[in-house]
Amino acid sequence: MIKPHGGELVDRHINKKNINIEGYPKFEINTNSSEDILNIANGIFSPLKGFLGKNDLNSILKEKRLENDTPWTIPILIDFDKNEIKEIKEGDTILLENNETGVRSLLDIEEIQSYDKKLLAQSVYRTNDVNHPGVANIFNMKEKLIGGKISLIENKVREYDKYNLTPKETRLLFKEKDWKEIVAFQTRNPPHIGHEYVQKTALTFVDGLFINPIIGKKKTGDFTDDVILASYETLMKYYYLKERAVMSILRTSMKYAGPREAIHHAIMRKNFGCTHFIVGRDHAGVGNYYGPYDAHDIFSEFPDLGIIPLFFRSFSRCTKCDSVVNDKICPHDQKYHINFSGKKIREILRNGQIPPEDMMRKEVSETILKFDKTFVE
Amino acid sequence: MEKENKNYTTISIPTPLAKKIKDRIKGTGFTSLSSYVTYVLREIISSDKEEDEEAFTKEDEEKVKDRLRALGYLE
Repeated sequence: MIKPHGGELVDRHINKKNINIEGYPKFEINTNSSEDILNIANGIFSPLKGFLGKNDLNSILKEKRLENDTPWTIPILIDFDKNEIKEIKEGDTILLENNETGVRSLLDIEEIQSYDKKLLAQSVYRTNDVNHPGVANIFNMKEKLIGGKISLIENKVREYDKYNLTPKETRLLFKEKDWKEIVAFQTRNPPHIGHEYVQKTALTFVDGLFINPIIGKKKTGDFTDDVILASYETLMKYYYLKERAVMSILRTSMKYAGPREAIHHAIMRKNFGCTHFIVGRDHAGVGNYYGPYDAHDIFSEFPDLGIIPLFFRSFSRCTKCDSVVNDKICPHDQKYHINFSGKKIREILRNGQIPPEDMMRKEVSETILKFDKTFVE
Repeated sequence: MEKENKNYTTISIPTPLAKKIKDRIKGTGFTSLSSYVTYVLREIISSDKEEDEEAFTKEDEEKVKDRLRALGYLE
């Protein structure tokens, strides 16, 4: 089995029987931060053991690496209002809580720091434009960051938990299935024919496919989580070998950081035990902030990433070839090509119609149309 | 003798080798001898193919397998 990122699968759970939580100052945190805590505790963000301090943050912004040279591109930070933490100092331990996730976690405060929001946005997103959703999030952050290790005491059972496997569990699952090479597919959309083609092309060369939809905060107009999961269940039921494909969710917010986020996505899948990671056109992009293949190019900066990226260009159906093609394999004019446009498919579904079968499987379309609420409002 | 600062250190390599590398990286994406050598060393260091050690005790492993069976991931 592939080694976790940084060499060790992090486990930051502690037994609540050993903790008297009444003794710690309590802070209510937002859901995204509580999801970060779960991802740290479960090893999805290995080798991180907590929220980043100044040296790691500066190193990530400048070098796209942790201070110890391990590749890392997206800062995992927790922010606080300066007045809220005025009684708190380095060396203290505080209790973090969130109602929605039921997260209760200790945070050992190693550093309290101010930070430059413009520098953070420019480094991660390559822009300071507040129309970029990631930049807007940064400008909405509070003034202070706290760095330090977390220890997860508890969290509650939630919707979709039956699809929610930890890296420990996926690693054992792959071992039991005798999969040595596993390709991960990251998604935030129901599958169209192009997605299926990419997944099956990649699967041809490895032992198993790990479909890993991102569940969590998305932007208006995105498909709802229910729709994404149900549509994949349908596709897998009718068109995949049960012994060759599994689906498990990843609870994290999309950052829309394009190339940097592609590296982050690959690292998380490495921690799940995957050896290969599919990177498509404009991976994790939004608007026109990144070039269509910037998320491919960035991988050349990381010979030590430890997971193999599989780059795919955009696919279409060629009516001359009568198959799914891309610009490297089809000689025919664009007029013969039907694009798998996510925008077009959304429009058709929004009108309550079934997209053409050469764009989306009929069973998948029918599954989506059964939902009253298809899109995030 | 190595010179060190906080983030970078200077190492010595034979001058003819340095010249060969400089010739080789002309017209590539590598902007300097240092960036090329860093890339190559990172690649070598990461090529450790040692298997991940077992993260489970037998008891833990059975618990996880039970959950995977209950969720339908394993028969």
